Parts: sequence; C-alpha cells; structure tokens
Amino acid sequence: MYSAGAAQSSSWDWSAVWDFMPRFWDGVLVTLQVLALGSLISFSLGLVWALGLRAPSRLVRWPVTAVTEFIRTTPLLVQLFFLFFVLPEWGVKFSALTTGVLAIGLHYSTYTAQVYRAGIDAVPKGQWEAATALSLPMHRTWLAVILPQAVRRIVPALGNYVISMLKDTPLLAGISVLELLQQSRLEGASTFQYTEPLTVVGIAFILIAYPASLLVRALERRLAR
Amino acid sequence: MTAGLWQHWVLPGIWITVQLTVYSAALAAAVAFGIGMARTHRSRLVRFLAGFYTEVFRGTSALVLMFWLFFVLPPLVGWQLVPMWAAVLALGLSYGAYGAEIVRGALNAVPRAQREAGIALSLTPWQRMRLVLLPQAVPEMIPPFCNLLVELLKGTALVSLLGVGDVSFAAYLVRLATQDSAQIYSVTLVVYFVLAFGITRGMKALERRTKANLGVTVK
Repeated sequence: MYSAGAAQSSSWDWSAVWDFMPRFWDGVLVTLQVLALGSLISFSLGLVWALGLRAPSRLVRWPVTAVTEFIRTTPLLVQLFFLFFVLPEWGVKFSALTTGVLAIGLHYSTYTAQVYRAGIDAVPKGQWEAATALSLPMHRTWLAVILPQAVRRIVPALGNYVISMLKDTPLLAGISVLELLQQSRLEGASTFQYTEPLTVVGIAFILIAYPASLLVRALERRLAR
Repeated sequence: MTAGLWQHWVLPGIWITVQLTVYSAALAAAVAFGIGMARTHRSRLVRFLAGFYTEVFRGTSALVLMFWLFFVLPPLVGWQLVPMWAAVLALGLSYGAYGAEIVRGALNAVPRAQREAGIALSLTPWQRMRLVLLPQAVPEMIPPFCNLLVELLKGTALVSLLGVGDVSFAAYLVRLATQDSAQIYSVTLVVYFVLAFGITRGMKALERRTKANLGVTVK
C-alpha cells in the first residue's frame, strides 16, 4: 500500500522538527479525539457485553461469548478495513474518522467487557448473600454494595486499556485519518524528510504513555488500600 | 473471488503471516527471557537498563516503531532493512518488552526459599536460574504467553501497511481486484481466528506437559 521511499537526509535537522510542529499539533488533537471517543464507546459497549456474559439465559450468553471472542482474537487493522470498505457497500456512509473511532471502540469493548466481568466476579459471594439477607432491592445491591467494591479493580484495568488504545490509534493512518502517524507521513511525503517527524511522533508516544502508566499504577495502589 | 487470486495471494499470504508470527515470536521470546532475567539481576545498573528498555518499547506504538525502523534507521546507519525484517524486528522488540514483564513476574513468584536453597547448595547464579528457578517459573508463564502470542499474531497484520504480502495485504489486493470487500475481509478475519484458536490449543497442551513434569495437573 505504501512504497518504501528511502529518506533523503542522513543527519538530524532541527528546522525539520520546527516545520513539522503545526501538523504535529493537528495530529495530537485528532489522536486525543479518537482516544476520548473510542474510550467512551468501549466503556459503554463493554458494559453491554459484560451484562450479556452474565445473563442467566444461555441463549444470550453463548452468542455474546462467541462474538466478543471473535472480535478479540482478530486484528484491529483488518476490522478497520472491514468497516471502512464494507459499510459503504451496505449503504452506510461514515467519514474515515468516524469509522476509525467505531472500529477502535468496538475492538476495545471486548477487552473492557472482560475487565467489568472480572471486577464484578472478584466481589466475594458473601456480599451478594448479605445484600439478599438485608433484602436490598436490585439497584441498591448494585449501587451500594457490588459496584463500589468492583470499581477498585475496574478503574486501573480500564486505564491500562486506554493506554493500549492510544498506542493503537496510529492504525487509523491506514484509512487516512489525520492522526499523528498520518501527519508525519504527509510531512515526509512533502519534504522527503521522514526521520524527524517519525522520531518526534515516536517520542511523543513514550512521553504520553509512560507518565500515563505511572498514573495508572499509582491509582491502582491507592484504590487497593 | 477468482481462483487465481486465492492461489497466488491469499494462500501465500497466510503462509507469510504464519512465518512472521514464528520469527517475531522467536525474537520476542529471546528478548523476553533476556530482559526479564536481567530485571531480577543483582546489579542495580543491569536492572535499570532492562527496566528502561521495557518502558521505551512498551511506551511506543508498534506501528510507529515499525515505520521508524523502516524509514528512519536506514539513513542513520546506512543500510536498508527488507520490510519483512523491519516488521519482525519491530514486533519482536515490542512484544518482547511485554514478555519480559511476564518472565519477571513468574521468576518473582517462585518461592524465595528456592533461591536460598540454591545458594545453600552453592550453585552459581546461572545454575540457580537454569536448574531451580526457570523450571518452576516457565509453566507459570505459559498462559500469559499464550495471550501475548495471540496479540502478536494480530500485530502481524500491521506489516501489510509496509507492503509485506501477508494475508491482510492479500485481502487488500483481492478487494481492489474484485470490489467485493465483505467476502474477502470476512475470510481474512476467520483466518486469524482459526490461527489464534490453533495457538491457544497448542499452548494449553504445552502447559499441561510442562506442569506434568513438575507433578502438577492442569484442570
């Protein structure tokens, strides 16, 4: 899909970094936008899957398991292309950005579903029984007993998946969404200098992902207390 | 889908995907064990360097790393990587960083007394690692390694963006030729699913075998 053009310059050029900055900030905005919307979709859709996985009827549980397993074990990139090329054939027309957000949200929802499930399953059985013994109504059982205890496991794990999602946003360059990687490629295509833009983008990812993972770890420790 | 496309692109594409998975998994395993063992090393400097490696390669996106190895490294060092090897390097190095955490966790999970017993028997550090710690840690690593291997298999799809003719790239070509996206992409997804299923089954068997050597039965 993209041919390998050998880069022209062989030494580091600070002015190329400077020239890349306007595109870089545009890319940051799009990347963050994808991350925010993708997280929103995956958090909410994951909850739907998680409820499906816990459904009393096997008729619900089985298809939900099959679908989420399938989505989880197949590559996001292929799913992205699937949605990008197939939806228009079905008469549904979305922009590349919308398709990308949908694909990333859908893919990660199958991971967040497992997070919710594990978090809820980790609440000791006695807590459910105690709620029953106190004859709490269903919504009180969930809101006052189960969820507050499940949250401490769920929040840090969700944080880890948000970081993974961030690192997967460059895949959207494959359908020409103007996120960070695509911006650096456009810069390279117009100036023949790939070295500086690609390196800046790589470092930007480390600079965002590493503090974010420290934050998640701190949160984990704090909620575990 | 015409028969020619299937024979000339999709089947070889599946084979390239399998090869990519095997090569990058081998590199990732070497990195994982090397870095993971270094993270339990006595010297603070070795531990720091290994930790630094892990954070850098876990912090960046595999796709960005792949592009970096392919576009940036050549002018810096003066030689060009074949796309296939840029891909293997990127996948192996980044998934190896995740694997290193698995190795470290499993080594730390071996009871402390085992390490002390090794010292008491005056085994050298390497003998202790090889004869006492690893045999107990390896079976614990297999289930998380299985998940990682499936992630790695999914990661191989990225190479299609560098023009390596794996099964995702084949799907792209077939789509261009036939204009039938739904069919070819469904087939491709099923191919990955089947490969992943094979991996989970194989790893389960491996887990059972290594644990049997320790006298533990897997449910």
